[in-house]
Amino acid sequence: MSDHTPSTVPSQGDGHGAQVATMHEADPIADPGVHPHQWRPTDVDERAAKRAERQVASLFGLSAVFAILFCVAYFTLEIGDNHDTFLGMGASTVALGTSFGAALLLIGVGIIQWARKLMGDQEIVEMRHPAHSTDEDRDKVLADLKTGIEESGIVRRTLVRNSLLGAVGMLGLPAVVLLRDLGPTPGQVVGEYEGAGLEHTLWTEGMRVVRDVVGTPIKASDLEVGDLVNAEPAAIFETDEHGEHLIEGVELQIAKSKAALILLRMEPDDITPGRGRENWTVDGIVAYSKICTHVGCPISLNERTTHHLLCPCHQSTFDLADSGRVVFGPAARALPQLPLAVDEEGYLVAQSDFTEPVGPSYWERG
Amino acid sequence: MDTTKIASTNGTTAATTGRPSPLAGVGTWADERLGLATAMKKQIRKVFPDHWSFMLGEIALWSFVVLLLSGVFLTLWFTPSMAEIQYEGSYDQLRGIHMSEAYASTLNISFDVRGGLLMRQMHHWAAMLFIAAMLVHLMRVFLTGAFRKPRELNWVIGGVLILLGIVEGFAGYSLPDDLLSGTGLRIADGLVKATPVVGTYMSFFMFGGEFPGELIIPRLYIAHVLLIPGLILALIAAHMLLLVYHKHTQWPGPGRTEQNVVGYPLLPVYAAKAGGFFFIVFGVCATMGGLLAINPVWKYGPYDPSKVTAGSQPDWYMGIAEGLLRIMPGWETHIFGVTISWNVFLPGQIAPVALLMMVLAWPFLEAWVTGDKREHHLLQRPRNAPTRTAFLAAMITAYGLLWAAGGNDILALKFNLNLNYITYFMRVAIFVVPVLVFFLARRWCISLQRHDNEVLLHGYETGIIMRSPEGGYSERHLPISTERAYSLTARDRDVVVPDPQPTDGQGVRDKGYPVRKLRARLSQGMFANNVQKPTTSELEEAHHHAEHEHELEHASGMDRPADGHQFDGHADHTPDEAPLRGH
Repeated sequence: MSDHTPSTVPSQGDGHGAQVATMHEADPIADPGVHPHQWRPTDVDERAAKRAERQVASLFGLSAVFAILFCVAYFTLEIGDNHDTFLGMGASTVALGTSFGAALLLIGVGIIQWARKLMGDQEIVEMRHPAHSTDEDRDKVLADLKTGIEESGIVRRTLVRNSLLGAVGMLGLPAVVLLRDLGPTPGQVVGEYEGAGLEHTLWTEGMRVVRDVVGTPIKASDLEVGDLVNAEPAAIFETDEHGEHLIEGVELQIAKSKAALILLRMEPDDITPGRGRENWTVDGIVAYSKICTHVGCPISLNERTTHHLLCPCHQSTFDLADSGRVVFGPAARALPQLPLAVDEEGYLVAQSDFTEPVGPSYWERG
Repeated sequence: MDTTKIASTNGTTAATTGRPSPLAGVGTWADERLGLATAMKKQIRKVFPDHWSFMLGEIALWSFVVLLLSGVFLTLWFTPSMAEIQYEGSYDQLRGIHMSEAYASTLNISFDVRGGLLMRQMHHWAAMLFIAAMLVHLMRVFLTGAFRKPRELNWVIGGVLILLGIVEGFAGYSLPDDLLSGTGLRIADGLVKATPVVGTYMSFFMFGGEFPGELIIPRLYIAHVLLIPGLILALIAAHMLLLVYHKHTQWPGPGRTEQNVVGYPLLPVYAAKAGGFFFIVFGVCATMGGLLAINPVWKYGPYDPSKVTAGSQPDWYMGIAEGLLRIMPGWETHIFGVTISWNVFLPGQIAPVALLMMVLAWPFLEAWVTGDKREHHLLQRPRNAPTRTAFLAAMITAYGLLWAAGGNDILALKFNLNLNYITYFMRVAIFVVPVLVFFLARRWCISLQRHDNEVLLHGYETGIIMRSPEGGYSERHLPISTERAYSLTARDRDVVVPDPQPTDGQGVRDKGYPVRKLRARLSQGMFANNVQKPTTSELEEAHHHAEHEHELEHASGMDRPADGHQFDGHADHTPDEAPLRGH
């Protein structure tokens, strides 16, 4: 086979954006022209056409039947808690979906059958026009624009123009300022409610560590080696004299999103205490923030033999025997550790709040 | 002279004008008020070319209509509120549980509104179809060069539509306020907080205070049902108007030129096919909504910031952002008392947008390199733009790898692999594999181009094996039809920009030299290896050669199959009856 290398053109003087010379070469094979139209059976045989017509009408008719079936299913099939009675789904959903789908599909198939068999199928040639306007029109518009601009004096009267630009620009300020109350700033929320702000959680000195669902306090002796407990601060479950929760609604959600805790009991000898953290554990029980330092998912998967804790969202893995150090994954910082102690009744309590912000990193975190 | 009153026949009945048709009556009424005839005279029989790949954008369009219809149905019951209530609906396992009104009303739609679950599932499936169809449509447009002048703006509009579609999808699946969607929002909060300087402010303004606050659902709701769909609708309108104005591109072929468009008229054929196709897309969505469960939020439970389920996965179109987040090493800079979270900011905010921008920018790069200012209405086969095709193949590979990385935990579980090794592999693969795919796809395209020329010059392979009197075997080639040969050659020759001179004729240094040199290098890289179509003389020579061969074959009887009866007088057919594979 001969070598078909691309042609080259001499470099154009004005370089960038130069109009490359187009190859004015006749097609090596002449255009044979649009393929002549071929008649279909339905065009020449009236019986075939009638048959096609009956097919299309049957499809439409069948569609109407399915529309009625849809209504029958709507009124006869129960919904409610029997959502997995049929094919793992509610009988109503399955029946409504299939009948509605069939009604629609049959109309679609019918119309397309109609178009293919019975509508004229002569190909038509339409000429294109360049996207641009005629030079005449373009010149006229440019001239009109120029006239308009000149008559307005926007170019000449710079004082008017510039003051208008300034005024319209200023309007951006109200537009931005109006959005100010979308939310408080991170600094403003501090002190507004218990544990508010990025650097605080509900944990305070002496607050009991309780189980996250039932709210019962935990004794060190309740945990076997290898036990992992999801815990929360006791304040989350505190109630007033009427049994109403003191923290609820949005504040509860915010509190949980920061204070959630993981307790793990391991052999005390396995623990490599961090500097200054020698007395943060109780009988081999360590407490770490449950909130991943990557983007804030609650961490939940424990590898029992290695004391490794895995975040199910992006698989950051932390070593709970070694100050929550990152051993794998996209997280950059160790899990914050909560200093633990026991109160006079023998229940686990916090020595203080976390000593660093929990959750994902942010600019001001330092 | 007025001749209308004069009878034109010798018949016995008076000549009357026919009753005006009701259509004409309505048309006149409307035209006298709207002047429709002028606007519509060119549109009613407007020609659209036919090809299956032109249907992909249509799927996106119709699934958006399904989204609007099913979405309106859902708004009739959905309550976009994070206020805490106790669930008292039909679903037994959650009755008595405290949850947000948004979640409770989603359960209500699923269990207490007849057809509600069907509509929810239809809405979700249609959303998946919408984004998938847009992405595949983008690939079609890219691979065929349909983005070339004058369609660059429509290309950009399409890219913005994909971005909006993804944001719209994320806002939508966050609304039920279930455990999975809440986890998605929490990740979004982490991504926002990683923004340098203003991250925490953005987060607090978004959520109306600390995460999760009680404002994000109502805010996402109005974005999801009004703001973003409004933008999408406006951009779809612009997309379609430009399509009508430019007229659709077409594949080269007999009678198809840069100056015309060949196909079927809007009324009736194209309108019927497109309208029928709407019902088919709608019907497919309805059937999927009825038979295939999607996002069973009742299984996840209400959002609780201290809980998460293992194997949490976002909707598939968020998969590449998820994959980027997962394979990014944990890099963070602490400097001058501030924290820069590269590990979140780069993969979460920069990289996904950068990937889309690279694809969207390609047409402009290509136009600059070729310097081609002509309008193009004939599509290119992907093989005839090897570098472009290879680039998209590399991008698709990157997309696929990131997708897989986004499900690394699922892969580890299903295939019993080590999660860490998958992640390490992906960290390398994301840079290496797309490059390998690029070169592979480029060579592949060039081979296909060579094959085209082979077929043009020497004909197609008939599958008939001939044995020469000497005992040698060869396959018989026959020329392809003129129509097919024309279609194969109806393409431009690539033009390669040669290296520029650093100085002009007078020895003055050229300031634009580095830019021009870059352009020349890119041009050479993109086009120098392409195979060009044969010239007229090459074709003639090849055909002469073929004719000569055939004469020899005919003379020696090699152009017909030997049935073993040549010499015994039982030959039962003439050579002309020998069947040849049609082409």
